[in-house]
Amino acid sequence: MNKELPLSEFAGQIQDGMTIGIGGWGPRRKPMALVRELLRSDVKDLTLVAYGGPEIGMLCAAGKVKKLVYGFVSMDFVPLEPFFRKARQAGQVEALELDEGMLQWGLRAAGMRVPFLPTPVGLGTDVITQGEEIKTVTSPYADGEVLAAMPALKLDVALLHADVADRYGNTQLHGPDPFFDEHFARAADTCFVSCESLFDHIDDFDQSVPRFNTYERCFVTNVFEVPGGAHPTSCAPVYGWDTTHVNAYCGFATEDDGFVEYASQFIGKSEDDYQKAVGGVAHITALPVTAL
Amino acid sequence: MSHIPNSSLAELMICAAAEAWRDNGEVIASGIGTLPRIAAGLAKMTFAPELMMTDGEAYLVEHPVPVGETGEHPRFSGWMPYSRVFDIVWSGRRHAMIGPVQIDRYGQANISCIGDLKQPKAMMLGMRGLPGNSMCHINSMFVPNHNTRVFVEDEVDAVGSVGYNPKRRGAGENFDHVDLRLIVTNLCVLDFEGPDHAVRVRSLHPGVSFDEVQAATGFPLIQPDDIPTTALPTVEQMEVIKHLDPTNLRAKQIKGNPPAVREDNAA
Repeated sequence: MNKELPLSEFAGQIQDGMTIGIGGWGPRRKPMALVRELLRSDVKDLTLVAYGGPEIGMLCAAGKVKKLVYGFVSMDFVPLEPFFRKARQAGQVEALELDEGMLQWGLRAAGMRVPFLPTPVGLGTDVITQGEEIKTVTSPYADGEVLAAMPALKLDVALLHADVADRYGNTQLHGPDPFFDEHFARAADTCFVSCESLFDHIDDFDQSVPRFNTYERCFVTNVFEVPGGAHPTSCAPVYGWDTTHVNAYCGFATEDDGFVEYASQFIGKSEDDYQKAVGGVAHITALPVTAL
Repeated sequence: MSHIPNSSLAELMICAAAEAWRDNGEVIASGIGTLPRIAAGLAKMTFAPELMMTDGEAYLVEHPVPVGETGEHPRFSGWMPYSRVFDIVWSGRRHAMIGPVQIDRYGQANISCIGDLKQPKAMMLGMRGLPGNSMCHINSMFVPNHNTRVFVEDEVDAVGSVGYNPKRRGAGENFDHVDLRLIVTNLCVLDFEGPDHAVRVRSLHPGVSFDEVQAATGFPLIQPDDIPTTALPTVEQMEVIKHLDPTNLRAKQIKGNPPAVREDNAA
C-alpha cells in the first residue's frame, strides 16, 4: 500500500462544485501547498468549510468560491483577512456563519453519520436567523427543551497538513494543538494530507509520540510530501507563521487587482516557484514559532 | 491599602476588570486582549488563586504568562487545545472577557460585521465563539473607547452574543446559563443589575460624571442614587501588574495613555 502521490496529481481530483473542508486554524497549519494547487487550477464553485485563515481569502480572491461555511476568518496577529472581507462586502460569495463549536458539531455529525447534533448554542443569535439552514428540534424527553439541530457538514474532500506521515496514510501532528483535523478527516469522502516529512512506516520515525496521531489512516486517501507546505501559516514546532509575508499579502488587498499581482509574484506555476519566490524552504523552516 | 493616585487609566481598568473574576470558583479565566489578559492574571495572583488559565495557545498554566516578549518559557500544568476549550465552554466552567465591536441595551454583542450579515458593509471576524460562550458560561466585556458606535441605540448589527432580549428567546429554549457580569470601559464600570437585567452604572472612573457616560451610550442607563468611584490601583496590585506586563504594553492600549485621575480633576 502506498498512498503517496506527487503534488502535481492532486488538483485533477478536485471537481467544480465540491464541498471542501480545510484543516488547521486561522494562521496555523493550513494545507497551503494544496490550496495553491487549487489556485493554479481552473476549479470553481467550491463550498469551503473552515476555521478560516489566509486560504479562504486567497480562494475567494481567485474566484474559486461559491459559498463559505466558517466560524471565523482571521490571521489572529492580523485580525482581519482583507480578501475575505472584500469578497463578503461585495456579496461575491454566499455565507453560513457559525459558532466555532457548532462547526465542530456539524463535522462530528457527518463523521458519525447522523443528520444533526443538538445544542443550545446558536439560539438567540443571528446564527439561527441568518437563513433557513439551521432549524430547531424539541427534546423527546420530559424536559421538552428546544435546541438547535446543527446539520451534518458532509464534505466531499478534506485538505489537511501534518508534520509527519507515512505511505500507509498514518499521520502525526506534533504542534501544541491538533485543532479539528480529525473531524474534517472523518466528515469527508476523500481526504488529502500534505506533510513536512514522509516515511515508509511512521513507526520507523519515532516510537515516543503515537499519541500525536489524531485520525485514522482509513480516512486518508493520499499523502503529499511538501516540506514548508503550510507557509505562510505556521507548522509548530517546525516553523512559525511568516509575519512579513502575511503583511505583504494583506498589502496587495488595497489595490483593485491586488490578488492577480500577488499570484503572479508568488504563486507561480508550481510549489517550487512559490518556495523560490518566498525565500526557499530553508527560510520557511527557520521561521521562529511565536505565540500571541 | 494605599492607592496609587498617579496610576494610568489602563492600570485602573485592569484592576476594575480583575474584579469580574471574584468569587467565580474554579473556572477558566479567559481575558482576550492585552488589558483583559493582564486583569485575569491579576485576579489569579491576588484574590482568586482558584482560577484556571491558559498560555493563550494550548496549555494550562498556574503561573499567569506575562504579556509581551519576556524571554521566559512558561511552565505548563495541563493541556487545553481548542477541542477542550469547546468542551469547557459548553460545560459552563469558564468566564471570558472580550472586547466587542458593538454592544446593545440587552447585552447582545457583535464581532461579526457592520451592516447586513448577508452582505456586510464592513466584514470583521465572524461569530467566533460568541454564541457558545454567551449561552453557556459567565461573560464580561471590555471597551477601551466608550462611545455610541460601540454602545448602539438599537440592536447590534449581527447578534453573536446572546443577551437578555426577550424577543430573541423562543418558547422552550433554555437561557438559564446566560450570565453577563461587567462591562469595563475607559469611563466607567457597567453591570446588568438594573430591572430585567438593564445596564446600570456600577462605578464611575475618577472625574467622570454619569451624564458624560450617558451621552456616550446609545441607550438609557440605570443611574443608582449613589454611584461609587472606581478604585485606584493599590501598591500591591501595581507590583503584580508590572510583573504581568514587564514591557509596559498596557501604556499602548488606551489612546494617549491618560492618567487614572483626569488632569483637570487632580487636586
